[in-house]
Amino acid sequence: MAYQIVEGCVNCWACAPLCPSQAIYEAKPHFLIDSVLCTECAGEHPDPQCASICPIEGVILDSLGVPLNPPGSLTGIPPERLAAARAEIQAR
Amino acid sequence: MELKVSDHSGSASAVAGGCSASGCGSSGDALAHLPEHIRAKVHNHPCYSEEAHHHYARMHVAVAPACNIQCHYCNRKYDCANESRPGVVSEVLTPDQAVKKVIAVAAHIPQMTVLGIAGPGDPLANPERTLETFRQLTEKAPDIKLCVSTNGLALPDCVDALCTHNIDHVTITINCVDPDVGAKIYPWIFWQGRRIKGRKGVAILIEQQQKGLEMLVARGVLVKVNSVLIPGVNDEHLKEVSRVVKSKGAFLHNVMPLIAEPEHGTFFGVMGQRGPTHDELQTLQDACAGDMNMMRHCRQCRADAVGMLGEDRGHEFTLEKIETMDIDYGRAMEERRQVHAAIEANREAQRKKSGETFISITALKARRRETPPALIAVATKGGGVINQHFGHAAEFLIYEANDQDVRFIGHRKVDLYCSGGETCGDAETALAKTIQALSGCAAVLCSKIGYEPWGALEAAGIQPNGEHAMEPIEDAVAAVYRELAASGSLERATPAPLRMRA
Ligand code: SF4
Ligand code: SF4
Ligand code: SF4
Repeated sequence: MAYQIVEGCVNCWACAPLCPSQAIYEAKPHFLIDSVLCTECAGEHPDPQCASICPIEGVILDSLGVPLNPPGSLTGIPPERLAAARAEIQAR
Repeated sequence: MELKVSDHSGSASAVAGGCSASGCGSSGDALAHLPEHIRAKVHNHPCYSEEAHHHYARMHVAVAPACNIQCHYCNRKYDCANESRPGVVSEVLTPDQAVKKVIAVAAHIPQMTVLGIAGPGDPLANPERTLETFRQLTEKAPDIKLCVSTNGLALPDCVDALCTHNIDHVTITINCVDPDVGAKIYPWIFWQGRRIKGRKGVAILIEQQQKGLEMLVARGVLVKVNSVLIPGVNDEHLKEVSRVVKSKGAFLHNVMPLIAEPEHGTFFGVMGQRGPTHDELQTLQDACAGDMNMMRHCRQCRADAVGMLGEDRGHEFTLEKIETMDIDYGRAMEERRQVHAAIEANREAQRKKSGETFISITALKARRRETPPALIAVATKGGGVINQHFGHAAEFLIYEANDQDVRFIGHRKVDLYCSGGETCGDAETALAKTIQALSGCAAVLCSKIGYEPWGALEAAGIQPNGEHAMEPIEDAVAAVYRELAASGSLERATPAPLRMRA
């Protein structure tokens, strides 16, 4: 049972010092979670710490590969709206 | 390392003409109402004293990447928007690297009196990194003032630690004192191990900000409050914010415009929230000024900016370059002391000179009571004088002149019109944008100006003027206002306001 950090992480350092298991380490191109050390914070915190402070949607996945912070959940920007804005900017 | 160590001599002599601004030192001094001990503290601080920012420089180091809240105007891929322009990413330094950089800059730019930590995230969400940087600097470079900017969430927990490091300036970004307003600005905070969304999170943030403000004031630390003006969200509410923070002892309130574009990827940018117009910003600043001191010269500099306000010399001090510098800080400190003494002598001389200006402006008032006020733009590289080529200006200072007074009201950034080399192909559009940015101004003063922009400015109703090169800004502005008033060209209507853009 372990979480993972995937592409999109902006290397903001917020998660690493919070991890009770010291499972998060700096790496290129982005931070990573040591799957052996990660306990999903069980017994330590009611909420997994990394996923509770990470500001970027979709970059921390649970053991099933499901994002803990799905699109729209942190910024409040509806995903369709973001897609539309992106399309509009690219069409310029 | 080819940096000129005597770099300051050039700028120090350029200071000679001096700034005799009314908003800068005499009648309109925005700091005049403050108690003497506070004035002494901010006297040489380029971010807090309007007058000092013509003479002294500040720098920021980016040691604090993490943040514990989310603001709707921030895209966390970039620097903290509370203190920085979005869209430029700073190189994050370790405390050791940061200390090295600060010492290198202090030795090469003796005018640098202030070191700030402002991000790229929230400095107090990274307390170890921030405090370690301050600890080393307090020890190694005691002549540098330290300051820090924060969203306030972790502030109460850090106040005592900050106080041990001799920090006498703290900036808190406070956009609201009402959780219902705040719920439209902050989607979540991270608090005691949990992400807390919506109004509930904002209520905690507000409580922490206010508590932190009170604790700092109680310990004699200067507190500046920054607010981001978000039209339709907190514009009216900022008057209340101003009143509250003043009553608690904040000494400056700085209202900055929201900068939001879809390409920043922020909530406000994507959702089409607009930023304020120059007029809206000015109106609000005026409304709050009755209540408390406003700071109008803030340039929203980035988290790793180096140099005088409005300039960035960061590229001279990359990690690679500072690695090769060998600095004897004891010697540098002595040199810095001398440069500061020269600047002070200069400022004193300018202050004396400025009295004469007011006599002539008062005389003018007696003759013409009915002339409307005018906005006049100025191109300057610092030192309080008009000393920049129109085409080299990355920003213009805006002064408002009427028949009694000249006051500094803000600055407008522009794309460089003449950036030299290949990029000059874009000159035409850049010029058009510059002219847009100067909309509402009756004249623009610079040291020199090309033939083509001259014609274009005239056509846009903005009178270019290169006749006051090297003259003190406010004297020149007063003189040009007089000419404009005499010619009757101030009676014309001014163009519609423009929205601010990044
Ligand atoms: S879930 Fe908990 S233990 Fe696992 S990496 Fe995140 S913070 Fe560390
Ligand atoms: S908090 Fe999120 S974005 Fe920041 S370093 Fe950790 S995983 Fe990356
Ligand atoms: S406090 Fe600064 S870094 Fe944090 S979300 Fe707000 S603007 Fe961004």
